[in-house]
Amino acid sequence: MSAAPGYNFAYLDENTKRMIRRALLKAVAIPGHQVPFGSREMPLPYGWGTGGIQVTASVIGPDDTLKVIDQGADDTTNAVSIRRFFARVAGVATTERTAEATIIQTRHRIPETPLREGQILVYQVPMPEPLFRLEPRVAETRRMHALADYGLMQVKLYEDIARHGHIAISYNYPVMVNGRYLMAPSPIPAFDNPKMHRMPALQLFGAGREKRLYAVPPYTEVRSLDFEDHPFRPPRAEAACALCGSRESYLDEVVTDDRGGRMFLCSDTDWCRQRREAAG
Amino acid sequence: MSLAPPLSPGFAAPATEAQRCFRALLEAMSRPGRVRSLPAPAAPPAPLGPAAAAVLLTLADADAPVWLDAGPAAEAWARFHAGCPLVAEPGAAAFALATGAPPALDALEAGTEEEPHRSATLILQVAALEEGAGWRLSGPGIEREHRLAVAGLPEGFLAQWAANRRRFPRGVDVILCAGVRVAALPRTVTIGEQG
Repeated sequence: MSAAPGYNFAYLDENTKRMIRRALLKAVAIPGHQVPFGSREMPLPYGWGTGGIQVTASVIGPDDTLKVIDQGADDTTNAVSIRRFFARVAGVATTERTAEATIIQTRHRIPETPLREGQILVYQVPMPEPLFRLEPRVAETRRMHALADYGLMQVKLYEDIARHGHIAISYNYPVMVNGRYLMAPSPIPAFDNPKMHRMPALQLFGAGREKRLYAVPPYTEVRSLDFEDHPFRPPRAEAACALCGSRESYLDEVVTDDRGGRMFLCSDTDWCRQRREAAG
Repeated sequence: MSLAPPLSPGFAAPATEAQRCFRALLEAMSRPGRVRSLPAPAAPPAPLGPAAAAVLLTLADADAPVWLDAGPAAEAWARFHAGCPLVAEPGAAAFALATGAPPALDALEAGTEEEPHRSATLILQVAALEEGAGWRLSGPGIEREHRLAVAGLPEGFLAQWAANRRRFPRGVDVILCAGVRVAALPRTVTIGEQG
């Protein structure tokens, strides 16, 4: 498959790619630190993954195989259109199989199949600043990151425990990267947080509207914030997938009728399909 | 009036070669101590080596001031192909490229506590790079330990590196180049002596 004529390879112009590439190298060198970049207008609106797309466009080459997921699914609108976009402007091969992909762009999930060296996971990030609900002033959050002053977040977790008896954050659960920077893992479910810890693949994060990107190098420590007497526990629905029977994967709850009928399904469609194929 | 000698070419296919080059650099930076080969331009003006020249073409442009010590031919080449401003002081550069004795790490821009990404990258040409022996590297990007043997580093580099490591998140990142091969030392890496 070849790229459509009339576009530079992977859509972005070379100057933009160089700017993003310089920012990415610094992001990798300072794990978890948010690096500002000149986010461009893309042929889809902010909120549809423009940050992730710009990161992918700066990284991708003709030999890559791209997988795109939206909430774990390969076949939803956002995933299909981003996959088509890159097939068209970069002429790259695309796949729905996690193991075959060299670059995986994701909205709000980490695949269940463990990632390996040589793969890059690109997250679409709506809000890169983990402290923004606690401190709206950007200048102030920047200073807090400079001083590694994250007491405010610990207080928020403590207040959750005081009020609800547990830490009431089910997604975008804050993490410490390499023991230094507090980082928003993008709105992945807290269930996925442990997968970020010492992942063999490189993790890149792009926030298009907020114009910032950050990274977690391979094999880097990623700890979910918690307390000794209230350790982090990844939440999961107490059920099995109605299609493949999995009791380990992250489940979506699907309402099936208006009489209270519901079923649980694997959120990762590729993983669910693999399990069903293996079962025959 | 004599004509200047013709410039040697840059990348033959800029978009794809810069991409392959960047991916190798991204790999090198995210797995410190792993040696990668770059698709390099044919014959950059000496003493500019192929890998160091490829790094310049991949990362430098009008927004990234460069300091280099490789003489007028290399300066003309960089100005034409990368379009980068050349600065006289290493401390003013986003990329400092040293073919001979490099500037001290603490003479380069290290960024601020709030903006540690506004720091320089030192592109350092060395005699040879070999995996599997020499230094013991640890830090983010390394599962247990990577070993890297570097020939031709200036004296006192390890002491400078230890000081660079201590001021994290401020600091300078280093890209080592030998021939077409590169390895990177992001500021997070701890270098243990060989043995």
